[in-house]
Amino acid sequence: MAQMNMIEAIKDALRVELKRDPGVLLFGEDVGKVGGVFRATEGLQAEFGEQRVFDTPLAESAIGGLAVGLATQGFRPIAEIQFVGFIFEALDQMFVQAARLRYRSGGRYNAPIVFRTPFGGGVKAAELHTDSLEGLAIQTPGIKVVVPSNPADAKGLMISAIRDNDPVFFMEHLNLYRAFKDEVPEGEYTVPLGKANVVREGKDITIIAYGLMVHTAIKAADELAKNGVSAEVIDLRTLVPLDIDTIVASIQKTNRAIVVQEAQKTSGAAAEIIAQINEKAILHLEAPVLRVAGPDTVYPFALVEDAWLPTPARIVKAVNQTLQF
Amino acid sequence: MSKGSLDAPAKPEQQAAHIVHSEDVTPLQVLSPEGEVVNAAAMPNLTDEQLKEIMYRMVFTRTWDDRAVNLGRQGRLGFYAPVSGQEGTMVGSEYALTKEDFICPGYRDMPQLVWHGLPLYQAFLYSRGHQHGGQIPEGVNVLMPQIIIGAQILHATGVAMGFKLKNEKRVAITYTGDGGSSEGDFYEGMNFAGSFKLPVIYFVQNNGYAITTPFAKQTAAQSIAHKALAAGIRGLKIDGMDVLAVISAVQEAAEIAREGGGATLIEAVTYRFRPHSMSDDATKYRTKEEEQEWALRDPLVRFGKYLESKGLWSEEDTARVKEEAKAAVNEHIKKAEQTEKMTVAGLIDSMFETTPAHLEEQKADF
Repeated sequence: MAQMNMIEAIKDALRVELKRDPGVLLFGEDVGKVGGVFRATEGLQAEFGEQRVFDTPLAESAIGGLAVGLATQGFRPIAEIQFVGFIFEALDQMFVQAARLRYRSGGRYNAPIVFRTPFGGGVKAAELHTDSLEGLAIQTPGIKVVVPSNPADAKGLMISAIRDNDPVFFMEHLNLYRAFKDEVPEGEYTVPLGKANVVREGKDITIIAYGLMVHTAIKAADELAKNGVSAEVIDLRTLVPLDIDTIVASIQKTNRAIVVQEAQKTSGAAAEIIAQINEKAILHLEAPVLRVAGPDTVYPFALVEDAWLPTPARIVKAVNQTLQF
Repeated sequence: MSKGSLDAPAKPEQQAAHIVHSEDVTPLQVLSPEGEVVNAAAMPNLTDEQLKEIMYRMVFTRTWDDRAVNLGRQGRLGFYAPVSGQEGTMVGSEYALTKEDFICPGYRDMPQLVWHGLPLYQAFLYSRGHQHGGQIPEGVNVLMPQIIIGAQILHATGVAMGFKLKNEKRVAITYTGDGGSSEGDFYEGMNFAGSFKLPVIYFVQNNGYAITTPFAKQTAAQSIAHKALAAGIRGLKIDGMDVLAVISAVQEAAEIAREGGGATLIEAVTYRFRPHSMSDDATKYRTKEEEQEWALRDPLVRFGKYLESKGLWSEEDTARVKEEAKAAVNEHIKKAEQTEKMTVAGLIDSMFETTPAHLEEQKADF
């Protein structure tokens, strides 16, 4: 075990896989010599060489297309899109070309690619640097979506993603990169894609969250406990595939749920989760499933960001509404 | 005689030294439209048997195209992009490759795939809208035809980087039209290839129109070949109606690439004798005079005259190949029509290597 923050854990996962499989490549803008604008890839070019860990020219579509072409030749590319808002330039390559390659070729080709990108708010960055765009990805067949909430999961999920033979969109929350250190196992281990984690046991209500919102939910659960409310907190870990079984099992116990997403309220992961809860667990519910989410505005300019993001207080309010239904 | 190269453009005296100029280049040509050798120095080194094989493939491809258009009218094909007129660029560029080289095609480039090893019935299945059309057999070094204009340019860059990383003496080649050269991905792909010095050929079949948009409205660049300068790669402009010029240019570019000399952009000036697709009406944007002018440059006529002058080809040979092609098309369209139908359950199973639980549940509905 070692004490690592999210950045260090992700870097350790990348190192583990670069060492294990010579077909693993890592590239993007500024990922080579400098080690990325957040240093998630620092030192890896020096260790594994410029042929395998390299800087690209500034062109996100070409980064995506490079990964797809390399994948057809047996490589396992890890392509960094430097900030999540820049994936719009790479959408065709990520959500059309990579995601469709297996299907279009009847399994003849596949795209074992990890598209990793920092995302998420609370860090006062310029616009388009901190959006939450996972909603676009989850309705795209053929690509998996991973959103870790802590260092140990980030490392295990990243190793699983690199070893997966299908494309994975790996979303790294900016606010969690250096927020805290945690115990992270050394060496290689995997956290399976598609298995959620119950991070807090409870009996009165289930709070479903992912990424940074897991921590917001835990703060809310702590606040609720002071008033005698026992909240279960589920960390989804991945949105595709979604672990609906863990959600249903929890609701069968608590009979109430809310879903927290940092992204704007309309559509997205929360809407899909609630739809599946309706399909599988409606008779266990004693109240409608509420969403706590960003409002349907453009992700805000930095000075109003803190008021925009879901807070423990907003989660507590939603829980109380649900309990009083 | 110009070799169509932009390697060392001459600087006009009257231009100020600081102005980037845009002087045209004469397309590389080996045979004139009358089939006479006008550039012996660029003549590719081909045996008589090879010359006859090339003509065989061009006649076969023209006949296949004729039949495919009819099949489309009968509703037996779905999407089909006619190729008549572009046999020189298509057959010639593929012929110049080795079977180990890798093709990243656009949607019109079915002939290159078939000559590279894809069974004809699978080409028909692709047109009909069947997944097996894209199930490229092992050992056939091609990708499926690309619908998104320009996306394949980036893939070829990635494939070429794969060859370089593995130290393989292989070349990636990709195709687009004059319209595709306007896509941002076109420049991004070339720029990466320049930066990383990759073994790739970007082959632009400039047939004068992107559906209905004429070349003059597509770009103000002097030629598409000039765009190579922006990416720092080698650029060539060639007569695409001259199959020997095509072979010469691609062979040279492939040799340079194999030896680590980097990428080449080839602009092949050509013409499609048919509409863009089966739903297009070319009379709305092209004149009869223009079509007649280009018919005089028919690649089959030009190359046919050259072979006849060497006693290697005759009208009887053309007739024989046409019959062979018709028989092959009939055989393969029947095979395509008899291929097992796709199911939605099979579709679901092709989404991921292992079908996740939520998709297993969805299969139950079909």
